[in-house]
Amino acid sequence: METFNVFERLLGENILSAAISVLLPLVFLIIYALIAILGELKISAWIQERLGPMRTGPYGILQPLAEVIKLIQKEDIVPAGANKLLFNLAPYVIFAGSFAGFAVIPFTAAFVPAEINIGLFYIFAIGAFAVIGIVMGGWASNNKYSLLGAMRSASQMISYEIPGALVILSAAVLANSLDMQKITLLQAGGFWNWFLFGGPGSWSKIWIVPFTILLSIIYLIASLAETNRTPFDIPEGESELVAGYHTEYSGMKFAMFFFAEYSNMFIVAAILTVVFLGGWTSPFGDFMSGFWWGVFWFIFKAMFIVFVQIWLRWTLPRVRVDQLMYLGWKVLLPFALVCFMMISLYRIIY
Amino acid sequence: MEIGEIYNRLKEKFGESIKELIENPPSDSYINIAAENLFDICLELRDNPEFDFDYLMCLSGVDFPDTLQVVYHLYSLKKKHKVVLKVTVSKDNPKVPSIERIWRSADWHEREAYDLFGIVFEGHHNLIRILLPYDWEGHPLRKDYKEPETYHGMRVPY
Amino acid sequence: MTETKFVDIDFSRIETDRMRLNVGPQHPSTHGVLRLEVELDGEVVTNVIPHIGYLHRCFEKIAENMNYQQVIPYVDRMDYISSMNNELPYVMAVEKLMGIKVPEKVEYIRVIMAELNRIANHQIAIATFGLDAGAFTPFLYLFRDREYILWIFEKATGGRLLFNYFWVGGLANDVYPTFKEDVLNIVKQVRKTNKDIEELLIYNKIFIDRTANVGVLPADVAINYGCSGPMLRGSGIPFDLRKAEPYSIYDRFDFEIPVGKGEVGTVGDCWDRNIVRFREMEQSCRIIEQAIEQMPDSGDVQSAIPKKVRPPKGEIYFRCENPKGELGFYIISDGKDKPYRVKGRAPSFVNLSVLPEISRGYLFADLIVILGSIDIVLGEIDR
Repeated sequence: METFNVFERLLGENILSAAISVLLPLVFLIIYALIAILGELKISAWIQERLGPMRTGPYGILQPLAEVIKLIQKEDIVPAGANKLLFNLAPYVIFAGSFAGFAVIPFTAAFVPAEINIGLFYIFAIGAFAVIGIVMGGWASNNKYSLLGAMRSASQMISYEIPGALVILSAAVLANSLDMQKITLLQAGGFWNWFLFGGPGSWSKIWIVPFTILLSIIYLIASLAETNRTPFDIPEGESELVAGYHTEYSGMKFAMFFFAEYSNMFIVAAILTVVFLGGWTSPFGDFMSGFWWGVFWFIFKAMFIVFVQIWLRWTLPRVRVDQLMYLGWKVLLPFALVCFMMISLYRIIY
Repeated sequence: MEIGEIYNRLKEKFGESIKELIENPPSDSYINIAAENLFDICLELRDNPEFDFDYLMCLSGVDFPDTLQVVYHLYSLKKKHKVVLKVTVSKDNPKVPSIERIWRSADWHEREAYDLFGIVFEGHHNLIRILLPYDWEGHPLRKDYKEPETYHGMRVPY
Repeated sequence: MTETKFVDIDFSRIETDRMRLNVGPQHPSTHGVLRLEVELDGEVVTNVIPHIGYLHRCFEKIAENMNYQQVIPYVDRMDYISSMNNELPYVMAVEKLMGIKVPEKVEYIRVIMAELNRIANHQIAIATFGLDAGAFTPFLYLFRDREYILWIFEKATGGRLLFNYFWVGGLANDVYPTFKEDVLNIVKQVRKTNKDIEELLIYNKIFIDRTANVGVLPADVAINYGCSGPMLRGSGIPFDLRKAEPYSIYDRFDFEIPVGKGEVGTVGDCWDRNIVRFREMEQSCRIIEQAIEQMPDSGDVQSAIPKKVRPPKGEIYFRCENPKGELGFYIISDGKDKPYRVKGRAPSFVNLSVLPEISRGYLFADLIVILGSIDIVLGEIDR
């Protein structure tokens, strides 16, 4: 299947097609965030044998909208003694970092907002941007809880980027490319061609299947830590740090943090989808494939990962900060290294 | 060990400091002791393997019309026997030796008795108010306590 | 040859200050209005100073101005999540002072109610402990079950939390006709949920990592600090007042005292304290089942209530095994219808005083878990 940007083809390579390419992900992100918030409320309710929100709209489906309206109306508080510039900037830095990641996500064969050949590298680099915003917000709040949360967050995100990067590196070795569209196209033709199951190729790939499965699990764990989700939500660990780095934020600025969190969830889910679950390709070869099916498969797979993240959040307790470091450096990193080496070996031999 | 036997043993060892044994069933029997020797008596009660009172159940202050009293309820987890000690001090000079170093549970109980009765426990490492604000005046559980009119400019009986 | 250079560094200036953090009075996991002044070295707790009294109502002073019967509602409000257990030592102390023997049926209903409330209390304790460790879902499972117990209380007494049900010499009213079946259904439900909780929370790997070997309270320290209840039993001492000096009719029941054995860590760690509570729920279920079986159907629950509660001159210290520990009431009577002095020996008050001792050197996140494992109620600490 050929890849191209549908808007560039329709409107030509001009400012209009570029603007649509930027705005479409933003609109998608807003709609996705509303759905994800509702999903979080309803899934947690379902897990906990509750009903969840039921008052706003039929079955409470308008609840996220009501929450957004509430957050817009709230008073914007800047604590006394806070560094105003950094305090006000932090939520937008975080959000910009996570939104910039959408630039290279291949939603379907015909649409990538910006097609660059080092997409995987770019998305990973830009993902690390969030930590700057968190440290800024945490420090500028002039609050000890915020500071502790920011410090925890910085150490945690840096620690978990390394196993995450090794996973991406292994995938790049396997695919011989950093281009997300190319990686997706390689996995076309059915779920047995996914990198989760060793990628396309002869039966000899059976040697690396355990390692690729392990790598995808490592990435899932690392991505949970990177997005500060339970069981790794220690930077905002409610029971000890009140709300961590965003303790002092209210109103729209808080909403930005919230928004960035959900956006980050989708980004890591998208990376996992592209790298291990075949992106927008159909799991059944040519069956159910095409432009709109591509969009469907991509979003379906990514949303499934988001569902797994929510599911884990409402099941597991929170780990402690030293246990988190232990897991990152002494468990995930060695395993990721071994997998990386085995996959490299496989590439050399075959 | 019954309280009578404990009384006799203590009387042998400490003599005048052990004043009297008061028995009046069904209410609890207790031993009146002098404040001066309280620490040594308590140490003996805890460390003598025959008494082995390792557990301070309760320490209460009581305000009687003329005197203040501190009541110690002791228990032995191993021997399963109890004893009640009472120390009486005058209201002008309410000083009792602290037994916080013998049973650490006395720490907060003594602070509470100081807070609410104004009994000063000598030798306590941190005898400050515990339940009331640190700058409160007066000791509310005394029978002659009068509520203050205002606290920091706020009317007290709101 | 290079020249050695000496640089003057004032090392005392390099030493960094420790951070002082006020946890509370408004904080998600101080279980009420407790303020902990925490001294942190990075994330390591170097000292904790608890400041209490934010909920002080001077119960003891109020009690001196009420007659004996009127004190009971105030006793309810001490440990407001296990009020039945609070009323028990108070009314039994007054009864003992007055020499009242209550009818059999009253004793059985009291035991059943107290044990039901013990289960409800432990459900809250385990639920909030899980919440402190970050597990939200078991919290709601346990609260759902607790709700069923509260329904029984509501049907029997009219109150959900504060009952004023045990009176001196009897009960406020008899239980309703289907009481026995309801209670047996609860017992079934509690056992069913506890199986879920065991898998979901108690033996969860992350939960064990968080709580085992944390906040270790050695047995001798526990005794010296006057700890009682699950705190003491978690440290491996099988001391339970229901067995040690059986009050009411507890000597008629067959039950065990669960103690902390250090199954997954050290004896006396947070996990041990929690598992003691967890297993006590099963023992309470057993007591309830036996009590329901032996309970006489007929009998007047108010026959022994005196016309006027006026104990003779004297004093008494009576203690019972509260879910949180040893709850004692020291009552001095001067022969009038108002108590001369009532002192409540609150288990949480004494148990909390050991917190600085067992939380030094652990991480800040551990401090919250340790505090949760003590299972405090500020209404009782501040009285």
